[in-house]
Amino acid sequence: MSGDDHIYSVLGQEHGGDDRWAFGTGFTDALAGVDTTLPEGVDGDDLALYCQMLGDDALVQAQRLVHWVTDAPELEEEVALANIALDLLGQARLLLSRAGQADGTGRDEDGFAYGRGPAEFRNVHLAEAPRGDFARAVATLLVLSTARLAVFTRLVESADPVLSAIAAKAVNELAYHREYAVSWTLRLGDGTPYSHERMAAAVADVWPLTGELFAAHPVEARLAAQGAGVDPSALADEVHGVLAQVLTTATLAAPAPFPEPAVAGRDGRHTPDLAPLLDELQRVAREHPEATW
Amino acid sequence: MVTTAHETGRAAAHAGPTAGDRTAAERARAAAAAVADPELPMLTLADLGILRGVDLDRDGTVQVWITPTYSGCPALAEMRADVDRAVRSAGFDRVRVRMALSPAWTTDWITEEGRAKLAEHGISPPGRAPRRAPGPVPLTLLPTRTAPRCPLCGAADTEELSRFGATSCKSLHRCRSCLEPFEHVKEI
Repeated sequence: MSGDDHIYSVLGQEHGGDDRWAFGTGFTDALAGVDTTLPEGVDGDDLALYCQMLGDDALVQAQRLVHWVTDAPELEEEVALANIALDLLGQARLLLSRAGQADGTGRDEDGFAYGRGPAEFRNVHLAEAPRGDFARAVATLLVLSTARLAVFTRLVESADPVLSAIAAKAVNELAYHREYAVSWTLRLGDGTPYSHERMAAAVADVWPLTGELFAAHPVEARLAAQGAGVDPSALADEVHGVLAQVLTTATLAAPAPFPEPAVAGRDGRHTPDLAPLLDELQRVAREHPEATW
Repeated sequence: MVTTAHETGRAAAHAGPTAGDRTAAERARAAAAAVADPELPMLTLADLGILRGVDLDRDGTVQVWITPTYSGCPALAEMRADVDRAVRSAGFDRVRVRMALSPAWTTDWITEEGRAKLAEHGISPPGRAPRRAPGPVPLTLLPTRTAPRCPLCGAADTEELSRFGATSCKSLHRCRSCLEPFEHVKEI
């Protein structure tokens, strides 16, 4: 059987009892068959909120990134950004699935992705910020991937084996995301005077949003104490050091210190930019809740 | 054929399977192992190294463990359905396809046979996956990856067009010698 036959033969088959052609083609079971027992000493409700925080950062950023599809400077960059978005979406699926198990509600990833309003989303503001130009996308990705990589590197040691496994997988992906953002920061920053100026402006635009990444929400602090999560306030120096190295190598100004950390998105308080993003993300699922294709 | 520590452990846990059970378990394993990857159809799931275990329970249920290549791999649902169908076609009515997340898949799990098949089909196989020491992932500011050899003409002089290709697992390259573009399964 040729490759094409193989792929399309499945599309023509009856759905039967298999739900894989529902929203996202069976995306409702990202953790099928994984042992989901909660480890001792880890609070299930806290773990569920924590998984939503990490999952929402990825889901919302992925939705922003797909706006580059058909609109990137070159086809290769469009493919790259779509691939990065796909990795993040995959991480979000696993994390949101874990959330529904940890809090005992059994809510699935679609329930979280499509069933919550803006005030229930726990992502940081930088993930929901308007996409801006390509330099801005690069700057946003540079900061978010560097910070996320720092968190997930440590989450590999999480007391929750599911979170640990998700992190171990994600670290390899995030390393590629950061590498991509670094390569473009260097190319634009150390490029023409015009590209330098645009890259510098992009870094200046995202910088006010960086403080929040290092503000420990009480849930993060508690889970860190339980050995299942990571306290982001402990990572600020490391992340700043990485960013400083990239920016100065790109001949951009050494970065200012991060702004004062303050919790906002992790508590469900968002900018007006999130609601329209979610409207776009959720509309089809909400208008046609039983739809399959 | 994929054998994992997990499988060995499982098999040992069975109290003296009969010869018939063994044959049936092998049949189930062979069926699952032969399923083609939806995105790299020249490879079986066993070649790709994502089949983590096949087990025949006492009640006749076949349990198959597979692991995703990338977190967002869109082919995973398809693979699960294909495995389910293949094992059923091999004569088993009860099949459970389960996810195994740990240890995370890397390209080092691709078998030698899988690498040979990739090259045969004009796709450059991955080199060794990056070794990561525990702790922060070191920052690389310069390209450190060695350029893959052209799978079409064998020349070493190739350039990267994009680190991200048509599927998550591939990057795009061009040979400076024969000028043909080609795909490379990137090391992860």
